Amino acid sequence: MIALAVRGLTKRFGDIVANDHIDLDVAQGEIHGLLGENGAGKSVLSSCIYGLYRPDSGRIFLWGKEVHITSPFDAIRLGIGMVHQHLMLVPHLSVWENIVLGREPRRGIQVDRKKVLRDIEKLFEETGFQLDLSEEIANLPVGVRQQVEILKVLFRGADILILDEPTAVLTPQEVDQLLATLRRLKAQGKTIIFISHKLKEVFALCDRVTVLRRGKKVGTLPIGEATPEILAEMMVGRRVFFEFPKERVEKGGVLLTLREVSTNPPGVPLKGISFDVRSGEILGIAGVEGNGQSELVEVLVGLRRPKGGAVLFQGKDITHSSPKERIRLGIAHVPEDRHRLGVILDFSIWENLVLGFETEPPFRKGWITLNLQAIRSFARQKIREFEITVPHENVPLRTLSGGNQQKVVVARELAFEPSLLVACQPTRGLDVAATEYLRNLLLAARRKGKAVLLISADLDEIRALSDRVLVMYEGKIVGELAPESDEYQFGLLMGGKGFDEAGVASSS
Amino acid sequence: MSLSLFQAMVRMATPILFAALGGCLCERVGVINIGLEGIMLTAAFFGVLVTYVTGVPLLGFLGGLASGVAWGYVIALLTVRFYGNQIVVGTGVNVFGLGLSAFLSQKIWGSRGASEAVQGFESIWVPYLGEQTFFVYLGFILVFALQFFLFVTPWGLRLRAVGENPQAADTAGINVFRYKTLGVVVGSAIASLGGLFLSLGHLRFFAWGMTSGRGFIGLAAMIFGKWTPVGCLLASLLFGLADALQMRLQALGILPSQVILLIPYLVTILVLSGFVGRATPPARYEPYKKE
Ligand SMILES: Nc1ncnc2c1ncn2[C@@H]1O[C@H](COP(=O)(O)OP(=O)(O)O)[C@@H](O)[C@H]1O
Ligand SMILES: [Mg+2]
Repeated sequence: MIALAVRGLTKRFGDIVANDHIDLDVAQGEIHGLLGENGAGKSVLSSCIYGLYRPDSGRIFLWGKEVHITSPFDAIRLGIGMVHQHLMLVPHLSVWENIVLGREPRRGIQVDRKKVLRDIEKLFEETGFQLDLSEEIANLPVGVRQQVEILKVLFRGADILILDEPTAVLTPQEVDQLLATLRRLKAQGKTIIFISHKLKEVFALCDRVTVLRRGKKVGTLPIGEATPEILAEMMVGRRVFFEFPKERVEKGGVLLTLREVSTNPPGVPLKGISFDVRSGEILGIAGVEGNGQSELVEVLVGLRRPKGGAVLFQGKDITHSSPKERIRLGIAHVPEDRHRLGVILDFSIWENLVLGFETEPPFRKGWITLNLQAIRSFARQKIREFEITVPHENVPLRTLSGGNQQKVVVARELAFEPSLLVACQPTRGLDVAATEYLRNLLLAARRKGKAVLLISADLDEIRALSDRVLVMYEGKIVGELAPESDEYQFGLLMGGKGFDEAGVASSS
Repeated sequence: MSLSLFQAMVRMATPILFAALGGCLCERVGVINIGLEGIMLTAAFFGVLVTYVTGVPLLGFLGGLASGVAWGYVIALLTVRFYGNQIVVGTGVNVFGLGLSAFLSQKIWGSRGASEAVQGFESIWVPYLGEQTFFVYLGFILVFALQFFLFVTPWGLRLRAVGENPQAADTAGINVFRYKTLGVVVGSAIASLGGLFLSLGHLRFFAWGMTSGRGFIGLAAMIFGKWTPVGCLLASLLFGLADALQMRLQALGILPSQVILLIPYLVTILVLSGFVGRATPPARYEPYKKE
């Protein structure tokens, strides 16, 4: 039985055709993956189905009958529920208020709290969630908020659930939990549309998958017939290489040395961190997030003062140097949270491209004025060099996709030929093509003899790019592994299991 | 506190309370109503005008209330439907209210300063509260009715959701425009009661600018009361007390009257400067646009 069918759905925004004659069939009780690069039209398609956007043409059928959905209200009434990419919760309302909002059970003119609690209790059983219902949303971590969204959708009696990139904001553990919940809902007969651009999740969860590219449907196939290579090619439109050819690069001398670095809270305290990075190598730092990686980076770029130990760069003690001095010396930083530390979203691309470097000679005219002409031509050159897709250098950075925003950051950081690049989660949240591009950039930097310190929660990324890998756990380096070592060994170290069990000797 | 001072406090708190409650409802749906002052003044004027023409205070009351509803619609239309800037619209209402009442006063009574006296509402005696017009009692009732409405009923929940995250409310199937408009219209109507209290309950004539900043003090009371009706009541009583004391001191004649007149405003400034930085409003004051 086909639960949801879409025929010839088209949606334009001005000149952009976000959805171009899309056909889609979703069978009852299946988990249907909707896969595509950023900007492929996944969110627009689901918003059309949910009644947030009005399609320009096309028809939608539910259980074989044509329906006209003009608002979320209609969609909810017809049993469609949606968990949005950006969570749609009211921060200062409680968990239960958010769940019942718009569908409040009533006793007289009051909200019937007893019934609310009973109903939600039932949903707890169905989903396996357990939440404090009176807590304010604002106080909850993002993974829990998403559970509230799912409960909200189920509370409205949805049979068909659309989840728009639900894993983008989650940690790996939370992702596992979410996938388990979705399987559980499927077992109860719910139909689920799971939007993602992460192949791994699609393989772990979906029965069938439909791929979109640039607003058009490329095809639908059962997951059994798909391979990562096939899906990636469908998404990107050309072959994608999951293996990154690592040429042999002659390693140079030691560039960066950490000697017994330790820090105080706030944050995870570092405990006696020591390692060397040579030019021409990529040193990977693996580990479950929140084990001191952020603190380590802060020490390296000068945002956190160590309690003890020393940081040497090119033989010089920089333990107490300011961030600015470190930039001058040639330490570049691609921050973990680019929106917080890397860019200013409402500034234009050219402004973002010189941020932090605006006082460098080529961008200055005399003592107090910027050389706007030079900056703009610099920006245009970088846009070309890094294949940043934008109409021109004046548009605000906010309007760019995540991949292009990250390219702006990397273009700026590499512009002055640093000798060390500290890259934190450089491909987080990016789509396949942008990820591939950025990983190749890191390899190119290595080829040019730069040193790269790669901090990533994505173990596949670390293993694909690094020459050596250190594993961090609770503020310590608990071991060094070759990137070829198997995943099981990594897993043990990342979980804090002793070195002996993992079969390697401690490096320090 | 003597009983008579207490009664004066309650009386002086009443117009501030109406302004605060009205402002609170508007802000809960995400609209800063800077125009409270103008709304109150307009209502005070039309209350007197209709009473003057018909001789029936009740009709005057309804006329003034209608002007509040009308202002509410205008503000909602401009800020909710047409995404107008709330500060600009509110300021416009204030300026317009001052100008309109002066102009019509001049036309009708031949003086832009004050109207002729009209019949007002009789006082009702209640133990402890003393001789007060029904506005005072209505104010108290409204506090608890609104508190109940906002925090116990489904519509109150939706109203709060619409102000704080309109997109979330929209995706939950709530008609955002309808609830925003509702909040602004009812809020403005409640504020207009404050003006009516001044002109029909208190003075029984219209004087130009007679609201003398109480709309703004009401906004302050709303912030100090953390955007809840009961909080608004407590804050209004504080400002009412300042007003009542001011009148006492005036009668004693120990300080120059200009200085004494400043007291309520000084209290407002002190309270707000000590507090406002720490108060986070419950809503976003941005127009909600779809698509
Ligand atoms: N509200 C909008 N106005 C204009 N263009 C939009 C809007 N929403 C999406 N688009 C454009 O439609 C295309 C598809 O976007 P979207 O569906 O969000 O992609 P994704 O597959 O990453 O979810 C993009 O080019 C995007 O810029
Ligand atoms: Mg999307």
